[in-house]
Amino acid sequence: MAPRIESKSMSAPVIFDRSRDEIEEEANGDVFDIEIGVSDPEKVGDGMNAYMAYRVTTKTSLSMFNKNEFSVKRRFSDFLGLHSKLATKYLHVGYIVPPAPEKSIVGMTKVKVGKEDSSSTEFVEKRRAALERYLQRTVKHPTLLQDPDLRQFLESSELPRAVNTQALSGAGILRMVNKAADAVNKMTIKMNESDAWFEEKQQQFENLDQQLRKLHASVEALVCHRKELSANTAAFAKSAAMLGNSEDHTALSRALSQLAEVEEKIDQLHQEQAFADFYVFSELLSDYIRLIAAVKGVFDHRMKCWQKWDDAQITLQKKREAEAKMMLANKPDKIQQAKNEIREWEAKVQQGERDFEQISKTIRKEVGRFEKERVKDFKTVIIKYLESLVQTQQQLIKYWEAFLPEAKAIA
Amino acid sequence: MRTGCLFRPAHLQPTSPALRFLRACVSPWLGAAMMEGLDDGPDFLSEEDRGLRAINVDLQSDAALQVDISDALSERDKVKFTVHTKSSLPNFKQNEFSVVRQHEEFIWLHDSFVENEDYAGYIIPPAPPRPDFDASREKLQKLGEGEGSMTKEEFTKMKQELEAEYLAIFKKTVAMHEVFLCRVAAHPILRKDLNFHVFLEYNQDLSVRGKNKKEKLEDFFKNMVKSADGVIVSGVKDVDDFFEHERTFLLEYHNRVKDASAKSDRMTRSHKSAADDYNRIGSSLYALGTQDSTDICKFFLKVSELFDKTRKIEARVSADEDLKLSDLLKYYLRESQAAKDLLYRRSRSLVDYENANKALDKARAKNKDVLQAETSQQVCCQKFEKISESAKQELIDFKTRRVAAFRKNLVELAELELKHAKGNLQLLQSCLAVLNGDT
Repeated sequence: MAPRIESKSMSAPVIFDRSRDEIEEEANGDVFDIEIGVSDPEKVGDGMNAYMAYRVTTKTSLSMFNKNEFSVKRRFSDFLGLHSKLATKYLHVGYIVPPAPEKSIVGMTKVKVGKEDSSSTEFVEKRRAALERYLQRTVKHPTLLQDPDLRQFLESSELPRAVNTQALSGAGILRMVNKAADAVNKMTIKMNESDAWFEEKQQQFENLDQQLRKLHASVEALVCHRKELSANTAAFAKSAAMLGNSEDHTALSRALSQLAEVEEKIDQLHQEQAFADFYVFSELLSDYIRLIAAVKGVFDHRMKCWQKWDDAQITLQKKREAEAKMMLANKPDKIQQAKNEIREWEAKVQQGERDFEQISKTIRKEVGRFEKERVKDFKTVIIKYLESLVQTQQQLIKYWEAFLPEAKAIA
Repeated sequence: MRTGCLFRPAHLQPTSPALRFLRACVSPWLGAAMMEGLDDGPDFLSEEDRGLRAINVDLQSDAALQVDISDALSERDKVKFTVHTKSSLPNFKQNEFSVVRQHEEFIWLHDSFVENEDYAGYIIPPAPPRPDFDASREKLQKLGEGEGSMTKEEFTKMKQELEAEYLAIFKKTVAMHEVFLCRVAAHPILRKDLNFHVFLEYNQDLSVRGKNKKEKLEDFFKNMVKSADGVIVSGVKDVDDFFEHERTFLLEYHNRVKDASAKSDRMTRSHKSAADDYNRIGSSLYALGTQDSTDICKFFLKVSELFDKTRKIEARVSADEDLKLSDLLKYYLRESQAAKDLLYRRSRSLVDYENANKALDKARAKNKDVLQAETSQQVCCQKFEKISESAKQELIDFKTRRVAAFRKNLVELAELELKHAKGNLQLLQSCLAVLNGDT
C-alpha cells in the first residue's frame, strides 16, 4: 500500500499546527514560534553503504536563529546522534528527553539494496513521519530548544558524523534506562519517599503505559484488518465485474458492473482509512509508549540521585564515627585527616541534597508540562482521526447514492 | 437499536422462536449467570425478518397453499423446524396444521424430487444447507470458560456479540429451509407432489434414516458418473439455439457466481473483524478514561462511547452485506447448479432419443423387433420433447426470478449501506461537536 502523500488530508500529519491564540497561551508566556518539517527522502550512494538523506526545514521567528527559514540535509544516524547528546546532558537531571525513532535493520537493508516496492516506500514514509514528530517534540521543550547541539543540528550545513550510534540509538538509550530501572528495583534499600506525589505519579504512569500498550495493540489489529478488507473488497470488485459480464440480462449486467466500480472505489477508501488508522492513531500511541519509558527513566534517575545522597550521608556518619574513635585513641595526625574527610563528606551530603531537590523540582515541572502536552496531543490527534472517519463515511454516502438509481433501474 | 418495522409477520412475536431458542439451548453450557440480559439484546427481528425471506421474490402466496416455518428449536446437535401449512386444497385433511421436521427430512424431500423421472424437466429448488452452529457454539463455550479473565464490561459485550452471531446464523438457517418449501409450494407441478404433502402433513417422524456407508458410496459414484457424463454430453452441440445459448451462459455464470460468492464472503468477514477491533478499542479507551488523572478522561470516555456505537453500526453493515450480497450469491450458486442439472437431464434424454433412433434404424435394417424399437423410440421422443418444453419455461422463469431477486437485494443493499453510513456520520459529527466544544 503506497501511502497517499499527495492527498491533502491524508499526509502523515504535522500534528502541532497551532493557532496564534494557542501559542500565546503557552505557560510562562514564552512564544514557541518554531515549526519543523522533515521531507524529501533521498537515497544517497549505493549498496550497503547507501543511506537515506532527509531534508530538515525550520521555519521560525525566534531571534536565536540566524534566519527565519532554512533547511539542511540529515541522515538517520544524525538524529540518533542528536538524541544521544541531549540524553547524556539532560536525562539524569530530570528532563524528559523525547526518544528518537527506532532503528530497523530489516527495513533499511531493503531500501539500501534498492528494492523499489511498496513496503520500502512505506518504510521510508513511516520513518520520515517519525523523524518529523521527534524533532517537533524536541523543539517544543523550552530547555532543549536552548541547547547548542540542537541548534547546530537544525542550522549547520555540515555535521560531524555521529559515532557509535548503535549503542546510542533510541533502543539503546531505552535499554540503558531499563537497565538502570532494573538496578534500582533490585536495590534492597527502599527509598524513603517523603513525597507521595512521586509515588502516585509513578503508579499513574505505570497504569497509563499498560493501557496504551493495550490500545496500541487493538489499533494495530484494526490497521491489519482494514488492509485485509481493502484487499478482499478489491477481489470482490473484480469478481463482480466478471459476473456482470456473463449476466445476459442487459440492465442487471450493467448494474453489476456498476456495483463492481463502487466496490473498487470503496477499496480505495479502505486503503486511505487504513493509512489514517496507522499514521494518525497508531503512531501517536507508539510514540507515547516510548515517551513514557523516558518518563519512567527520569523517575529512576531521581531514585539513583537519592541513593547517592543517602550513601553520602551514611559515609559521613561513618567518618564521624571514625573521628570519634581517633579522638579516643588520641592520634592527632589521624584526627586531622578524619576532620578533613568529614568536611569533604559534609559537602557531598549537601550537594547530594541539593541535587536531589533540584531533580525533584525539575521532574515536577517536567511532568506537569508533559501531561499538558499529552492532553493536547491526544485531543488533537483523536479529533483528526475522527475527522478522517467522517470523510470516509461522507464518501461512502456519495458512492452508494450514485449506485442506488442504477440498482433501481434494473427492469 | 430498535428500528421501526412496517409490518411484522404475525407469528414472529417478541417472544419469538429466536429468543425461545436462545433460552432453551444456550443455558445448558453457559449457566444461569449468563441468562440475564438475554432480552436486552438489540432487536434484530424487525429488519432482518423482512430481508431473510426475500431471497426469492414473487412467491405467490395464494390461498391454495401457504407454507412457512413458524417456529424453530435448536438443540445440541439438531434443529427442529415447525412447518406450518395453510391450505384450501382438498388433498389435506385440515385447513391448517403443523408438523415438526428436521434437516434430514428436507433433504429426503429434495432428493425424492431429483430422483423422480416425471420432474426431469423442472429446475428442482436447491436443498437448504445443513445448519451449522459448531463454530458459534465453540466461541460461546470458550467465552464461558474465560469468564474469569476479563472485566465485567468486556464479558457482557462479548456475550452480546456472540449471542447476536448465533441468533443470526439461526435465523438464516430457518430462512433457507423456509425458502425451499415456499419455492416448492409455488411451483405448479411440484406443489402437487405426494411426498411433499406427506412431508407437510404426516405428524410422525418420517424415519428418514441417515444414509449408511454403502448408500453413500453409491451416491458418490453416481455423482462421479454424472459429472463425467456431463462432460461428454455437453460436447454435443444443440440444434436448438435457445438451449445452446442457455448452456454456454449457465456454465460460465455458475462459475462466476461461485467466485463472487466466495469473495463476497471473505469481504464480509473482514468487515466483521474490523468491527470487532472497534469493540476492543472502545474498551481500551474506556479503561484509559476511567484511570486518567487529567481532564482528558472525559474525552476518552466520550470517544469510547463513540466507538461502541459505531461498532454496532459496522457490525450491522457486515451483517447486511452478508444477507443481501453473500447469501444472494450463494443462493444463485445453488439455483444455477439446479438449472445446470436440468440441462444435463435434457441432454441425457436427447442422447437416449438419438440412441433409440439408431436402434430403430438398425432394427429396420435387420427387420427384427421393429415394433419394439419403434415404441421405445417414441417414448424417448416424447420424453425429450416434454423435458424440452418445460425446461424452456423453467429457464425463462429462472431468469425472471434471478433478475427480480438481484434487483431487490441490490436496491436494499444500497439503501442499507446509505442508512448505516448516514448513521455513522451523524454519530461521528455529534461526537466531534462535543469534543471540539470541550477543548
